[in-house]
Amino acid sequence: MDSIAQPTRQLARMRGRSYVAFVFSPVVPIVGWLEEIDATIARSPSFFIGKPVVLDLSGVELSQSAIAHLIASLEQRGIRVLGIEGVDAGHLTASMPPLLTGGRHCGLIPEEPKKIEAKPKPMSLLLENPVRSGQSVVFTEGDVTVLGSVGSGAEIVAGGSIHIYGTLRGRAMAGVNGNSAARIYCQKIEAELLAIDGYYQTAEEIDASLRSRPAQAWLESDIMKITALN
Amino acid sequence: MAKVLVVTSGKGGVGKTTSTAALGAALAQAGEKVVVIDFDVGLRNLDLVMGAERRVVFDLINVVQGVAKLSQALIRDKRLDNLWLLPASQTRDKDALTDEGVRAVIADLRTKFDWILCDSPAGIERGATLAMRYADEAVIVTNPEVSSVRDSDRIIGMLDSKTVKAERGERVEKHVLITRYDSARAARGEMLSIEDILEILATPLLGIIPESQDVLKASNVGSPVTLNNAASAPARAYTDAARRLMGETVTMTVPVERKGLMNRLLGRRAA
Repeated sequence: MDSIAQPTRQLARMRGRSYVAFVFSPVVPIVGWLEEIDATIARSPSFFIGKPVVLDLSGVELSQSAIAHLIASLEQRGIRVLGIEGVDAGHLTASMPPLLTGGRHCGLIPEEPKKIEAKPKPMSLLLENPVRSGQSVVFTEGDVTVLGSVGSGAEIVAGGSIHIYGTLRGRAMAGVNGNSAARIYCQKIEAELLAIDGYYQTAEEIDASLRSRPAQAWLESDIMKITALN
Repeated sequence: MAKVLVVTSGKGGVGKTTSTAALGAALAQAGEKVVVIDFDVGLRNLDLVMGAERRVVFDLINVVQGVAKLSQALIRDKRLDNLWLLPASQTRDKDALTDEGVRAVIADLRTKFDWILCDSPAGIERGATLAMRYADEAVIVTNPEVSSVRDSDRIIGMLDSKTVKAERGERVEKHVLITRYDSARAARGEMLSIEDILEILATPLLGIIPESQDVLKASNVGSPVTLNNAASAPARAYTDAARRLMGETVTMTVPVERKGLMNRLLGRRAA
């Protein structure tokens, strides 16, 4: 048996890969254009750092030395030119970045990872069941809507308005965060206490003629008004 | 499948124990295997109403704490073979009840009975919350007056939040049982009407038990009213309620006292 190990040939593997690069399209006068670049850097110093840059010279007629000068000027500003396009190959020297062709347009700034959108906080709370005696519903972020009744000895505290589609027999406190525009609405008012932004009325003070009727309460220059809804 | 039913109210003295005994006996009379449990630890009454007070050896606390076996504590009714009582302890208090112990006892009873009726103590503390904790259904006993109705509303809120079923996102089936109803006084507007009560509680009605001397008489002789005088108005109302619990459709009426001919002629009240 042949004991000499044949060196296995290593294949040079090549793959194609595309990258996104900034394309600079200088315009004349070049000095003025460079000032624009300086202004951008002044606004955000790290804007070009580590970003591949390609020079598109199709818009300007530059000599070989002018191109070399432009590349040097950009290098002074910390911008390294990866390649050049839109220029005759004869204008470039071997020390300059290579000529590129076939670039395709794409979004300039690489897509940032999508921020997990914070769900907008609910601005209202819907209660489908009756609120029973002894229960306390506190929702300072916004409105509270109750489809059933609010029992005697129950309370609803809301940052916004309170809407009750059943009978309000307990307490309703709206606008607790100093929202004097909050209102209280109910299909049938038999409330123990109504309060808006700290101003309150107890059952005794509520006009007896309103009892068991649909009503709303609101603040009018620090005075609570309660009227029938129909 | 066994059903665990809690008889509760919040307020005391509205007729929980009477109703537990009467419903338990009515269910047993209908052929169901029933156990009634007294959760009023320290203030037990169900044994008296059931007429079993002289036969209590072990109690719920003994079973919960593992001192006695369930079979040792269960007392069989003398009148009905399929009616049993698990009495409360009179010498302890509600703190002797543990969630885990109650869970184990109820789970054990579920394998042996069709109906497990839990007689809740008044209040909203440990005894009452543990009585309702493992319930599938609830009978809320309410008198036609505002304080009782408000307390019932509070209890319904707790049934919807503090029971195992509620915590699992299921619903405890709830029924309102109106006791001590006096149709004459209600007609005169001296007590809350049935409509008002149901409107406030927003819960289906199981039955209306009329105010009657028969209830007191039955308690005094240690017999559920449905056994003591099955023809009496409250007994018929409880029997109807028990049939509704079993899923039958029974027309809702307010049973009235049957006046004998002599009483009618003399214009006397039968009671």
